[in-house]
Amino acid sequence: MKFGIVVFPGSNCDHDTYHVIRKVLGADVFYIWHKETSLRLFDAIILPGGFSYGDYLRVGAVARFSPVMKEIVQYAKEGGPVLGICNGFQILLESGLLPGALIPNEKMRFLCQDVHLKVTNHATRYSKQYTEGQILRMPIAHYSGNYFADDDTLKRLQDQERIALQYCDAEGNVTAAANPNGSKLNIAGIYNEYKNVLGMMPHPERAAEAVLGSEDGLGMFKSLLERN
Amino acid sequence: MNKIQEPEVTLELAIEHGLNKEEWDRILEILGRKPNYTELGVFSVMWSEHCSYKNSIAMLKTLPRTGKRLLVEAGAENAGLVDIGDGLAVAFKIESHNHPSAIEPFQGAATGVGGILRDIFTMGARPIASLNSLRFGPLSIPRNRYLFDEVVKGIAHYGNSMGVPTVAGEVYFDECYTGNPLVNAMTIGIVKHDRVVSAVSKGKGNTVMIVGSSTGRDGIHGATFASVELSEESEEKRSSVQVGDPFTEKLLLEATLELARKDYLIGVQDMGAAGIACSTSEMSAKGKSGMVLDLSKVPMREPGMTSYEIMLSESQERMLVVIRRGFEKEVIEIFNKWDLNCVEIGSVTDTGNLDLFMNGKQFGSIPAWHLVLGGGAPVYQRETKEPDYLKELHAVDLKEIPEPNNYNDALKKIMASHTIADKSWVYHQYDHTVRTNTVIPPGGSAAVIRIKGTKKAIAIKTDGNGRYTYLNPYRGGAIAVAESARNVVCTGAKPIAITNCLNFGNPYDPEIYYQFKQAILGMGDACRTFNTPVTGGNVSFYNESPDGAIYPTPVVGMVGLIENLDHVTTSYFKNDGNFIMMLGTLKGELGGSEYLKVVHNLVAGDTPTIDLPFEKRVHKACLEAIRNGIVNSATDISDGGLAVAIAESCINNPEKPMGASIYISRKLRDDEIFFGETQSVIILSISENHLLDMERIAARNIVPCFTIGRVKNNNRLKMNESIDISLDDLKEVYTNAIPDIMRVTV
Repeated sequence: MKFGIVVFPGSNCDHDTYHVIRKVLGADVFYIWHKETSLRLFDAIILPGGFSYGDYLRVGAVARFSPVMKEIVQYAKEGGPVLGICNGFQILLESGLLPGALIPNEKMRFLCQDVHLKVTNHATRYSKQYTEGQILRMPIAHYSGNYFADDDTLKRLQDQERIALQYCDAEGNVTAAANPNGSKLNIAGIYNEYKNVLGMMPHPERAAEAVLGSEDGLGMFKSLLERN
Repeated sequence: MNKIQEPEVTLELAIEHGLNKEEWDRILEILGRKPNYTELGVFSVMWSEHCSYKNSIAMLKTLPRTGKRLLVEAGAENAGLVDIGDGLAVAFKIESHNHPSAIEPFQGAATGVGGILRDIFTMGARPIASLNSLRFGPLSIPRNRYLFDEVVKGIAHYGNSMGVPTVAGEVYFDECYTGNPLVNAMTIGIVKHDRVVSAVSKGKGNTVMIVGSSTGRDGIHGATFASVELSEESEEKRSSVQVGDPFTEKLLLEATLELARKDYLIGVQDMGAAGIACSTSEMSAKGKSGMVLDLSKVPMREPGMTSYEIMLSESQERMLVVIRRGFEKEVIEIFNKWDLNCVEIGSVTDTGNLDLFMNGKQFGSIPAWHLVLGGGAPVYQRETKEPDYLKELHAVDLKEIPEPNNYNDALKKIMASHTIADKSWVYHQYDHTVRTNTVIPPGGSAAVIRIKGTKKAIAIKTDGNGRYTYLNPYRGGAIAVAESARNVVCTGAKPIAITNCLNFGNPYDPEIYYQFKQAILGMGDACRTFNTPVTGGNVSFYNESPDGAIYPTPVVGMVGLIENLDHVTTSYFKNDGNFIMMLGTLKGELGGSEYLKVVHNLVAGDTPTIDLPFEKRVHKACLEAIRNGIVNSATDISDGGLAVAIAESCINNPEKPMGASIYISRKLRDDEIFFGETQSVIILSISENHLLDMERIAARNIVPCFTIGRVKNNNRLKMNESIDISLDDLKEVYTNAIPDIMRVTV
């Protein structure tokens, strides 16, 4: 299994994601420069967090025009697994692989803290290692993590079990108080229709070693590693 | 395009540039002629306080600046460099951006962060963490809320985008900082010994290149602006404040670190204060060489810039790079990959002069050595005079003040003081977990950052109490070092070196210079005691507003080394029934305390005493206990005294607050016991079966050690007969104080 991590100018979680896959899990992983146009070698692609192109325009809006993105859209359409974390999620929305938008947090502040997440769908290639309703703890760190979509889209996401993760309290209750950024339905992550594309705001790569306080994010990468 | 007429250079014009008569005469002597306009500009910024340290360097040289771990001499490179074993070193430095932040807080703070990050990666080190030390006037004043809010946002904007976690620091609020806030930014980076890059230019014929952003008219005379007091007119100097672009800097970081691996690289220096003028002269002076530069080749943001403007521009995100002749193409390739400018602007000479050309015409020829600190830049010894206020304030009899009627209320009031209160409103806006090394996040005694690929970790913290230094400059300086050392010790780290940022008023005022001199003497004694040399830092004078000078505020950035991650220790209580032990002795000193200020509205008395050798023994005992694995939590007594230290240990447990019952019988008043800010005291929680071990360790180090209470899973804090309060009440005032007044929760 070969992972590829896309490096855009301004990506800043590329090293962290690489570290987890290579050093913690001992799997094969390579960086993919954003100007590259061949992804045939890879079994899974990760778009890491950061501020691609500075995100001075709408987040992710410039990165979607990077040469590599055309290939990634194709790769995803052919069923290849694509995981977008934080800025990666934002780029997946901008490139049309996932529906909806991420707007600035309700309180208009950057927010870095641990959150609790409920695994809403545990039956995908990203969540096999988790149990249904399992509560995870991992950090968020974003300014634009407020997930928005129209009611039809939200209903479709629910009906098709495409909500991957929801912000919840320590007991697993999905409440307004546990929603850090104002996201609709407390959405922290969603899948595409075929569940090969996942976008999520929290950082599983920052919760993959006990010394950092949580290993809850490791299941995400381990699930991907498990042969289908 | 109109050709701008250059003004005639006269003594008056030199004085307008911030030079004095003596310095003007010296320039005439050095050049053997009158300088032209560009040369005058270069001399004026290079000899400004900000670049030359002319009023501070003589005192700074009294600080201990060597040690067996130091890999470069203090001040010799862009940042200090300290060996941490395994072939690795840490580069770190703290710097002020006070004046820009007073005028344009968002960009001022942002570019402060950008500048210090560049200082670190210029050396070939990858930044692994940032800290900041902030001072503002009271938040009851709307302008101060604006400054606080914008400074925090500016730091977040730059640091978050760079992907460097902001992990620790402190914020104090006091009237003296209204109109002149302090914004000190620190960064620490990591580098392999053999990858360290020097800020040197040498080798006749070698190539001088400028990389990064284009040069604009922003920030011209920023260094000079930082070398005068803030006044009503300062607002007009808004154009002296630079605008930051963290995205470009992130690219510059990656490109520079790629370049750092190349053998053909001779040296790199970032462009901060005084831009091209400073980087070309310092690199040349260091390599005892000269440079011939064609300024018309510098990538510019706008047409029509003069040689004067190009030399003095403080446009951000630029570096000067010197390489072996013949490798220009390779360098251009690296920077082009990251979509950055990379242009040859000149070559190294052996004349020792900076020869400036533009469009074929010479605009200046200045001996580089004469421009720089350690070379020909002026050095002054200033007069000192003990300030009159000291005797007056020391004479106030603190036994006269009434005891609080209700100690619960007094404690709540102190916990709600913005200086003491929970700062998560601040650090939740900073990405503090990126790079996946943050073992102890903000909110503890010090931040702990693990070093990947080793069992080691680094503990870092900034400290500096302006009120202590105001009341007793010597002790204030010594305590800044002692407290920061104590804080890293509490996490299990051995203090190894410091960087300092010295924020003071106008050095030409003998009373201010007295504060400066005494604070440095105190710092020096403390650093010698703890064997923590000063690796470099920054001096910020002229921190005055129309209302007067700030408290003298020396800030220390301490770096500690943890040899084994298993020793990392947090500050909060964990286990019901644990014994709470105190290393050190309470002295009940109330002078300069937060309690006097908040409850009695009084800034008086003398700063708490400090016995440096004793402090060192406390550190040793604490570290020995931690390494023996018997310490469940450790925290020190500082602002707010014992009561605040215990209260924080109770409520900062992220899982669930733990209560405590404390009983201390001493011949002191309860307010002296609870709120006195006695130095050299560490509070530990220890399980019953390790009590004897702890006592033995303390005895061996000749440090008093008492059991003062127990941890209780009862959600209450009890202290003697006077305090009995629910942790919910305490937590509410502590966590809500800052969000409530800022009217937005984060």
